[in-house]
Amino acid sequence: MEFLSYLISGVSLGSVYAIIALGYTMVYGIAKMLNFAHGDIIMVGGYISFCAMSYLGLPGWLATLLAMAVCTVLGIVIEGLAYKPLRSAPSLAVLITAIGVSYFLQNSALLIWKAAPKVYQPVVSGSLTLFGGQLSVPYASVLTMAACLVIMAALTLFISKSKMGKAMRACSEDKGAAQLMGINVNATISTTFAIGSALAAVAGVLLCTSYPTLQPTTGSMPGIKAFTAAVFGGIGSIPGAFLGGLLLGVIEAMAKAYISTNLANSIVFAVLIVVLLVKPAGLLGKYVPEKV
Amino acid sequence: MKNLHMKKYTRTNLLTYLGVIAAFVVMNMLSASGSLSRSLTGQLVPICCYMSMAVSLNLTVGILGELSLGHAGFMSVGAFSGIVAAMSLQSAIPSAPLRLVIAMAVGAAAAALAGLVVGTPVLRLRGDYLAIVTLAFGEIIKELVNCLLVGYDSKGLHVLFNLSGNKSVADLGLEPGGLAIIKGAQGATGTATIATFTAGFVLVLVTLFVVLNLKHSRAGRAIMALRDNAIAAESVGLNITKYKMMAFVTSAALAGAAGALYGLNFSSLQATKFNFNTSILVLVFVVLGGLGNIWGSLIAAAALTVLPELLRAFSDYRMLVYAVVLILVMLTTNNPTLKSFFGRFKPGKSHGKEAA
Repeated sequence: MEFLSYLISGVSLGSVYAIIALGYTMVYGIAKMLNFAHGDIIMVGGYISFCAMSYLGLPGWLATLLAMAVCTVLGIVIEGLAYKPLRSAPSLAVLITAIGVSYFLQNSALLIWKAAPKVYQPVVSGSLTLFGGQLSVPYASVLTMAACLVIMAALTLFISKSKMGKAMRACSEDKGAAQLMGINVNATISTTFAIGSALAAVAGVLLCTSYPTLQPTTGSMPGIKAFTAAVFGGIGSIPGAFLGGLLLGVIEAMAKAYISTNLANSIVFAVLIVVLLVKPAGLLGKYVPEKV
Repeated sequence: MKNLHMKKYTRTNLLTYLGVIAAFVVMNMLSASGSLSRSLTGQLVPICCYMSMAVSLNLTVGILGELSLGHAGFMSVGAFSGIVAAMSLQSAIPSAPLRLVIAMAVGAAAAALAGLVVGTPVLRLRGDYLAIVTLAFGEIIKELVNCLLVGYDSKGLHVLFNLSGNKSVADLGLEPGGLAIIKGAQGATGTATIATFTAGFVLVLVTLFVVLNLKHSRAGRAIMALRDNAIAAESVGLNITKYKMMAFVTSAALAGAAGALYGLNFSSLQATKFNFNTSILVLVFVVLGGLGNIWGSLIAAAALTVLPELLRAFSDYRMLVYAVVLILVMLTTNNPTLKSFFGRFKPGKSHGKEAA
C-alpha cells in the first residue's frame, strides 16, 4: 500500500511535469529554441490564480481560466517583443534573450508580490479513501492526473486533425516550404506560444494545489525538471514529453521514498544521463543522422 | 614598429594582455588611494574569478562550439577541493600565498578529473542534448556537495556522505583538535580567506595565456575545424574525441582554479552558490562578449559583475533593469534591422547591408 501511495504521488507530480514539458517541447519543435522563461510563466499563472481566489474571491475553475487567459496574452506578448525580432539570429542569442525574459518575470513578480511566500489556497482539498482506509489519494492528485490526460488527448487531436495543428507540423518540418504553401509562419509560432503558456498556467495552478507555497522562484526548478523531462522523452515529440514527464515524476518520488531525500534530484538527473547515453535522442525522439 | 610584421591575432592578444595589466595597475592605484567604494573593493576577486570563468567557458562554447550549462559545477568542484586543500595544509605550509597556489592547483586538478569523467560519455552527444547533460551534471554536483562532510585532524582527512540526511559533523569522529571543513548543507564555514586581488590578476593572466595559446596552436585549429564541420574534420584525419576532450578538460581545469580562488575569498560558502543560475550568468558573459572573442568575455564579465552595483540607485528595480538591459543588448546586436541601423554610425562601414 505504501508503494502504491508513493506511486500515485509520483504519477501526480509527473503529470504536472508532463503538462509543462508539453509546452517546452511544442515551442522547441516549432521555433527550435529553449524557452527558459517557460518556468516563470508557471509562476505567473500561480500568482494570478492566487490573487483571483484570495483577493477577488473567485471560484477555483474561474481563477484557473483567468490565469490561462493572462498567461496566453503574456506568452504572445513575450514572443512578439523578445523572440520574433531574433527569428534569424543564432540560437544562443535567443537563449540568452529567453534568460533575460526569465529574470524579468521573476523580478517583476518580486516587486509586485514581494519575496515572502504566499500560502496558496488549494483548488480542491480532501482526499479519496480506498481499500477501507488503507490508501488515501488526495483529490488534488486525481485532478492533476485527469487534467494531464485530458490535455494530452486534446493536444494530440488538435495537432493531428485541426488546420492549425497541421500548420504547426508543417512549420516544424520546414518553415520556408510552409510559407510557400501559404501558411502564416509568424501566426503559427505565436499560437504555439499561446498554447504553451496556457498549459503553463494550468500547470501553475495544479503545482500550487499540491505544494501550496508560492514564491517568485516557484517556477524555476519545475521548469528545469520539465525541460529535462522533455529531453528525456525526446524533445520535439509530444508523446515523448508526456512519457518523460510521468517517468521523471515517478523516479523522483521513488528515489525520495526509498533511497535518499537529499539526492532525489541527482538520481533523476543521473537516470537522464544514462538514458541519453543509450538513446542519444531521448526515449521517443527521432534520431536524425548528420548528412554530408 | 613598421618592419615588425605581426600577425593580426598576435596584436590582438598582446593588446588583451596589456589591457588586463593596465586594468590591474589602475585598480590597485584606485584601491590604494581609497577612491573605490567598499562594495567594489569586495568585488575585485570575484570579478577576476568570473573573468577567468568566462574565458574558460568561451573555450567550450565559442571555440569548441558545444553549449555547456553546467560550468558552475566545475567551479564548485574546484572551490570545495581547494578549500579542503588550503585548510588541511594550514599547519604544514604557513605561507598563505603558497597555500593559495597549491589550493588552486588542487582545484584545477579535481575539476579536470571531473571534466574527464563527465566528458568521456557526454561529448558523444550533440547540441541541446549535451547542454542538458551538463546542466544535470551541475545539479548533481550541487546535491553531492550538500551531502558532503569533510574534516581534518592529525590522522588525515575524514570524509563522510550524509545520504540519509541525519548525520552531522559529530559523526566524522574527529580528534579534539580536529577541524571540520565542509559541513553538509551549511557548506564550508570558517575558511581562512587567503585570496588576494594579485592572485586573481595572475589567474586571469594564466587563463588568458592557456586559452589564447591553445586557440592559436595546431590543436586549437583542429578544435575550431571540428566546430565548423565535424565530418570534414574527421575525414582529414582529426581525432574528434581527443580534441573535444582537450578543450573540455582544459576549460574545466581553468574553472576549477577560478573556483578555488573564489572559495578562498569568502569565510563561508554553500554549494547552492554554484547553481544553474551561476552557470547561466557565466554563459551570459560569454555570449554578450561575443562567441570565441576572448577579450569580449573579459569586458562582459567585468561590466556585468559591476553593473548591479552601479544600478544601486534603482534599489529594488536594479535586477529588473539588468534584465531589460540584457534583452535590449541581445535585440540590438542580433536583430538584422536594428543591426543595419546602428551599422550606419560605424565609421568605415557605410550603410550596413547595401555596402556588403
